[in-house]
Amino acid sequence: MSTLIILLVIVGVIVLLVLWVVGMYNGLARARLRVQEAWSAIDIQLRRRASLIPNLVETVKGYAAHEREVLENVTRARAMLETAHGAREAAQADNALTQALRSLFAVVENYPDLKANQNFLELQRELTDTEDKIAYARQFYNANVQRYNEKIVTVPSSFVAALFRFQPAEFYEAEEEARQEVRVSFSAT
Amino acid sequence: MDAAAPGSILIYDQIAKNKRETWALFAGFVLLLGGLVGAFVYAFQAPPVVFIGAMTGLALYALFTYLAADRVILAVSGAREVTKEEEWEYVRRVENLCIGAGLPMPRTWVLEDTAPNAFATGRDPQHAHVVVTRGLLQKLTPAELEAVLAHEISHIANYDIRVMTVAAVLVGVVALAADVALRWTFAGSGRRRSNRDRNAGPAQAVLLALAVLAAILAPLVAQILKFAISRRREFLADASGALLCRNPYALASALEKIAADPEPLEAANKATAHLYIVNPLKGHESFLNNLFSTHPPIDERIRILRSM
Repeated sequence: MSTLIILLVIVGVIVLLVLWVVGMYNGLARARLRVQEAWSAIDIQLRRRASLIPNLVETVKGYAAHEREVLENVTRARAMLETAHGAREAAQADNALTQALRSLFAVVENYPDLKANQNFLELQRELTDTEDKIAYARQFYNANVQRYNEKIVTVPSSFVAALFRFQPAEFYEAEEEARQEVRVSFSAT
Repeated sequence: MDAAAPGSILIYDQIAKNKRETWALFAGFVLLLGGLVGAFVYAFQAPPVVFIGAMTGLALYALFTYLAADRVILAVSGAREVTKEEEWEYVRRVENLCIGAGLPMPRTWVLEDTAPNAFATGRDPQHAHVVVTRGLLQKLTPAELEAVLAHEISHIANYDIRVMTVAAVLVGVVALAADVALRWTFAGSGRRRSNRDRNAGPAQAVLLALAVLAAILAPLVAQILKFAISRRREFLADASGALLCRNPYALASALEKIAADPEPLEAANKATAHLYIVNPLKGHESFLNNLFSTHPPIDERIRILRSM
């Protein structure tokens, strides 16, 4: 009789423990899913930005073909972005692209005809828009990463995270200079 | 830096609270109007079927309000839906902020009025609308516009729009119903004098007085309810809007500009005033209006934003 009670108590404790682990696991999995969803918002904008580049390069070539170095830098940065894996690499590639575009637009100042080209203006507008959108997508993504990573390192969810090998997610870091640029362009456009 | 996320515990609390308050509003609405109808049915000794019919109507109306109040408000305001091609700067900023808040894209509207102002309406983030006036698009800098839109997106994110929209339509109808009831009482008292003289008693006079009192108090109670729900909300939306666009100063200067603008907003009325970012009913600065103001003092909002 008493062994039965002890057995029941043990079974009860095990059931509670399993339920607790399941709950913790679901919480972690949900947080990881949110990170992935937030990442796809960045990814969409990065792709959109990359897809604008060939057209931009072609348009600029029509007016300033001999600015080869600047154009090559842009094309290279775009290729880097296309092959980037993970948040950190993508952020580096995107920052490189931002730098390359900045020098391109600086050079364009010397070509008034190009600056007045409708196609060019349209592309410039789209690029500014994607840049702003990437900044906002980054804000949302990093907030989700922060919450997920917090769960992985704080007790008690850290036990379950370790048990099921949940890996911390990478932040999407905008370099300080690029971030400043985005802020300025908010008030300038 | 990114600690206060749109999906944090705080906002979940706020959403749950707003959903509860919407139900409380519906309950208050049915009790208020049900009580009003009940008092009149009793005072005029109408058959109970009138009461049952009226209550069924109320329930149906509440359901209609939940599903269509946003469309009623948009229709009353006279706003026009715009696409990104038509209003690039405005719509793309709404897109940006929604990406930042992780929300679906709301529908975007413009109200052709030179007075700068804005509001959001809808049921939830999946059924949401942002409305700005032409004056807002013309008179604010891009950063200020973005800050105002961030304030409106925050109203959407935490379900303020649900409570405020339902309140606008329900309170509007309570005022209307009480008005009709009062007219009916005074018109009816002439017509039915002979009828009532026959079996008039002091009890019935008291009942009638109570019914009239109910008709007078109902819209007042409804108004107070509305003020109670909207004042605190503006501070909250200011704070989370500033957090979303990372620019409290732009929001402060936008509020300053909107409040200082002398033009009245023609489309606004007492029922919808509380939806707007800044109270659109101007030029009535009196003790009573301040007491019943749907908006917290603009100076205080600006001061808080500047200190962030």
